[in-house]
Amino acid sequence: MVPELNGKKLLLQGNEAMVEGAIAAGCRFYAGYPITPASEISERMSYRLPQVDGTFIQMEDEISSLGAVIGASLAGVKSMTATSGPGFSLMQENLGYACMTEVPCVIVNVMRGGPSTGLPTSPAQGDVMQARWGTHGDHPIIVLSVASVSECFSIIVTAFNLSEKYRVPVIVLSDEVVAHSRETFTIPPADSIEVVDRIAPNVPPEWYKPYEDNSRGVPTMSSMGDGYRHHVTGLVHDADGFPTDKPGEIEAFTKRQFRKITNGFFEIQITKKFNLEDAEIVVIAYGSVARSARHAVAMARAQGIKAGLIQLVTIFPFPKNTVVNVMRQCKAVLVPEMNMGQISREVKRVNPGTTEVFKYNRIDGQLITPQEIFEEIQKI
Amino acid sequence: MPKGMTELRHKYLRHHKKFPHVWCSGCGNGIVLGALIRAIERLKLKKDDIVLASGIGCSGRMPTYVDFNTVHTTHGRALTFATGIKLAKPSLNVIAVMGDGDATAIGGNHFIHAARRNLDLTAIIINNQIYGMTGGQASPTTPYGANSTTSSFSNIEHAFSIAELAVAAGASFVARGTVYHAAQLDKLIEKGIRKNGFSVVEIMSNCHVQFGRRNNMGDPVTMLNWFKEHAISKVNGSSIPPDSLDDNFTIGILADVDKPDYIAEYQKIRQMAKGK
Repeated sequence: MVPELNGKKLLLQGNEAMVEGAIAAGCRFYAGYPITPASEISERMSYRLPQVDGTFIQMEDEISSLGAVIGASLAGVKSMTATSGPGFSLMQENLGYACMTEVPCVIVNVMRGGPSTGLPTSPAQGDVMQARWGTHGDHPIIVLSVASVSECFSIIVTAFNLSEKYRVPVIVLSDEVVAHSRETFTIPPADSIEVVDRIAPNVPPEWYKPYEDNSRGVPTMSSMGDGYRHHVTGLVHDADGFPTDKPGEIEAFTKRQFRKITNGFFEIQITKKFNLEDAEIVVIAYGSVARSARHAVAMARAQGIKAGLIQLVTIFPFPKNTVVNVMRQCKAVLVPEMNMGQISREVKRVNPGTTEVFKYNRIDGQLITPQEIFEEIQKI
Repeated sequence: MPKGMTELRHKYLRHHKKFPHVWCSGCGNGIVLGALIRAIERLKLKKDDIVLASGIGCSGRMPTYVDFNTVHTTHGRALTFATGIKLAKPSLNVIAVMGDGDATAIGGNHFIHAARRNLDLTAIIINNQIYGMTGGQASPTTPYGANSTTSSFSNIEHAFSIAELAVAAGASFVARGTVYHAAQLDKLIEKGIRKNGFSVVEIMSNCHVQFGRRNNMGDPVTMLNWFKEHAISKVNGSSIPPDSLDDNFTIGILADVDKPDYIAEYQKIRQMAKGK
């Protein structure tokens, strides 16, 4: 029997919650390849998707997984894949293809120690810059991160919605800790979950221009078989979708790609704020480290230190305005990360010059604990 | 009464948008394109129900020219996109056109797995024994001893037999033709599309500009004659052991078996998943 999960309180693993969130968002196609620590996503998808008339397929590698995901999305089905570092590296070419052709899809990267085979069963946050720039060429992209089982559900829904609305692949960065942690979670009722679909063409097929600019910069999107036959290519193309080599058309195309995301900053750049009203020392964190940071901030407040936290749900486009506004009002910022300092670079880049930026980095396969962050706060 | 080519061109090609095409004069790709649209005309398929996916190379430009749902994908990956498209919308007729390098070098792994899965796709592999678009580098089907820009002394690698590979990998319909045997090509492609399961139609084609020119066959007619002389019909050639074929190759239908396709099998999974 197909389980009726809405409204049920479950003990779920982060990876499992992502599957439920994807299904709630309308995902009905998943292609993936086994990799620690993301395999549970494939496993649960293989079980749940056929229950909801979706399709799961295990492909021969990560490259074909993302290829199949893009194909299914072109045929009108919301699609997703999940992997970790080595697989994410393999997916870069097709990721660029999805950017170029503006095909909605969600790619989960459950980060583990890297580079290369790295630490398959240990957490890290070393793929952040890769998520932004891993594929070649100038391309905008949306990168979100999750810090809890509950966020694994809700942020995946957000990922699908943003992907559909902006016709851009969305990368969701998880890490081995969040992916494998189990927490109790109640799946919300289906009618309480906002689901956004791609906007279909509103003109007859003869007038349809698949990559035409408009006020939002996001072209309407037809699905294969709907009557709007057109050409999709990874070559730079004109509004009709055909390859072009005209400088004016090339420039217009690339600029529209960036503009469509910039236009959406107001809803794409998501942060969660804790104790910021009078904060003097602000921690900026994401992923499992954000959980430790929340606790550390509570510990600091208990000691009378005016600490606060910005949790970056959206990592790229980097929430510059939010971060700058907070930086102007505090004395120091601490950026704990399980890497050699990737988001700290972004923080330093946007620093209006008023604030000291401190890093705290761990790259030994261990989760940064609240105690460590608390001690760093005390040192400031 | 079969329609004349002029009518078919107007019906199936994006002739008012994308011509003149990028292919060289005399390129065999034109014959393949003609055979494809003639096959589709005979099959009476609706244009909206057809998807033509391609990889990268000269063959990769074919989808631009046809009035179907077309997608020009990444190098070697046409079958992976085709897999997603077909699984998402099984009512579509999904055809992938690839070159020899695209399908058997970078795309080799996807080729054998697509065949193994027996998903209802049609793979048209245009084998011109070279990487043409990039200027004439050796491919996995460039003959032993041949000249190319990356084997300018001699090619020391032996060529794949694409159709035989497809049979071994589990494709349920495998055929090989040539651009010389154009009438047969129409029928092979039609049968491949009609077949429910993974179909492979390998087509020996002439790249006289990049391959032929460096190997004493620098014009289309010489290459077409070469195909004529070296093609042995499968019926006649079935008794010849593969290692005695030398430069020759069999044409015709090499395999045509009936077995459940992937989607039929997956329907059973859906039933099981719902506890029925």
